Amino acid sequence: MGRYIGRRLLLSLVTLWLLATIVFIIANVLPNDIGRTILGPFAPQESVDALNEKLGTNRPILVQYVDSMFGIVTLDFGDSYITSQPVLPQLVDAIGRSSKLAGLALLITIPLAIVAGLFAARRRDRPADRAIVLLGVTSSSIPEFVTGTILVVVVGVHFHLLPVLATPPPGADVPTQIRYLLMPATAMAIVYFGYIARMTRAGTIDVLQSDYARTATMKGLTTSQMMRHHVLRNALIPTVAVIAVQIGYLFGGIIAVEKIFNYNGMGQTMLFAAQRKDIPMLTAGAIVIGIVYMLATLGADLIIAWMNPRIRLDAER
Amino acid sequence: MDVTVTPEDVLSQASAPNSERAKARRETIRVLIRRPAFFIGVVIMVGWIVTAILGQRITPYDPFNDFDTGQLPPSLTHLMGTDRLGRDVLSRVMVGSRDVLIIAPLAALLGVVAGTLLGLVMGYYHGVVDDVISRVVEAFLALPVILVALLTLVVLGTSPIVVISVVGILFTPIVARTVRSAVLSERQLDYVTAAKLRGESGPFILSREIFPNVVGPTVVELTVRFGYAIFTVATLSFLGVGIQPPSPDWGLTVSQEYNNMISGVWWPTLFPALAIASMVIAVNLIADSLQSVMSE
Repeated sequence: MGRYIGRRLLLSLVTLWLLATIVFIIANVLPNDIGRTILGPFAPQESVDALNEKLGTNRPILVQYVDSMFGIVTLDFGDSYITSQPVLPQLVDAIGRSSKLAGLALLITIPLAIVAGLFAARRRDRPADRAIVLLGVTSSSIPEFVTGTILVVVVGVHFHLLPVLATPPPGADVPTQIRYLLMPATAMAIVYFGYIARMTRAGTIDVLQSDYARTATMKGLTTSQMMRHHVLRNALIPTVAVIAVQIGYLFGGIIAVEKIFNYNGMGQTMLFAAQRKDIPMLTAGAIVIGIVYMLATLGADLIIAWMNPRIRLDAER
Repeated sequence: MDVTVTPEDVLSQASAPNSERAKARRETIRVLIRRPAFFIGVVIMVGWIVTAILGQRITPYDPFNDFDTGQLPPSLTHLMGTDRLGRDVLSRVMVGSRDVLIIAPLAALLGVVAGTLLGLVMGYYHGVVDDVISRVVEAFLALPVILVALLTLVVLGTSPIVVISVVGILFTPIVARTVRSAVLSERQLDYVTAAKLRGESGPFILSREIFPNVVGPTVVELTVRFGYAIFTVATLSFLGVGIQPPSPDWGLTVSQEYNNMISGVWWPTLFPALAIASMVIAVNLIADSLQSVMSE
């Protein structure tokens, strides 16, 4: 297991380096003049030169690249072009607030989706299964901001059931905070429901067709005994994997949801940065979310290796 | 030993499996049409394409230049009400799919073509090439799509070409991974070994032998990517970096009107939102039916 983890960590570091390089290329190589990009086409050349000098964007690209890679190693993602403050503390605060929203979304969606997936798998090709599959396809194909607006109109404006803005009054207790976050979290939960439910269904159907599941049935176990002791552990492996992958997407979708519900998290911070062309903030956001994604998939791989010895033994060989 | 093959031989050999293939294709289409999900998806999609093409010729009002009183609620004269500038919401929804129906398919196509080429190379040459590209693909997959698209559009400035390229390039690695795994299972089959023994070149084997056998997954991937492209372009437009004003695009309209939702003016937001939902659902119903029919 130790060797497996070591190898996996090393690969993650390589991926992280490549990811940071891709983001660097987008942010620093694609635009030929960052000062011009920020100041616009009508700014006098002297201002553009002065800004490039101040931001250090007139240095050779290779120097900037080495500088930015060193920065990431020392957890220094640079200073905001707008406030001249380091971007990381502000970003971490914002991600903390977004995590509440994302966490609530996952808390709603994971149990529901797993139950729905298992239910569908055991009633394969019957109407209930068809309905769940169709629901899964539909729910995962609608963008979060669309679900969000529909929810606001129906639940918030028409029935007045929940607040239409996500930011609770300062000093609110946990139930109140949840009440405020419930609608945006549901908008996100709906998208992920489809993916997770379909994965769980597919994984369970696979296992139910296996020889050992048939053996378990034939030796007289009840369905629930068989599901608990033989099926679940293997059937949920793809589910764990897909949940980890979705955590990365979650922070992409959250941008639109935070805009609709005016929630001051990472999404709003990124949109604000985009409007002001605050490139260091955007690159830091992309890299930090990349790291979150990789930690999530790393965690998932470890859980999967623990769930299925064949995978970890295979990797050690 | 010298084996000569006349063109006639090749033709007569080729025509038999070809008609077989055509028959199988007809059979697939027949099964598809009988699936209600596929049928509903196609009907909705055709509906939106027709309204996009006919446009002003069938809209009840001029979607661009007809300014009535602003924010009139839905009524018999304006079935979906009017927006903040007094334009007819129904007319704008009807022409609102124009831009996305050009940008999203092109982005999906770019992603699938580039991804298929990359996937073919990765799967077939395996070894070092595959290892190196796989790492890069892995890194791309770790990037949050919407956020990176946002960054790129801020840096390059937004225009339809940039949106198409960014979305297409971000989709490329995902498609490459799918095609790569399809190629990996094909390359072990006898027909590939036979082609290698005949001394065919790598590019020939890839394009003439392996590619026709991975067309199925590629077509499915194209429809799936089309769905995601609409999803992504709509979200980018909503965030203000996708399709730009004065387009009646649905995502853009939602972003311009959603602020008035809270004060009770829900119609200029809700109807375009429902339109987006109906279109992505339609595409995904089509993609999902294709996927399950192909895998049977």
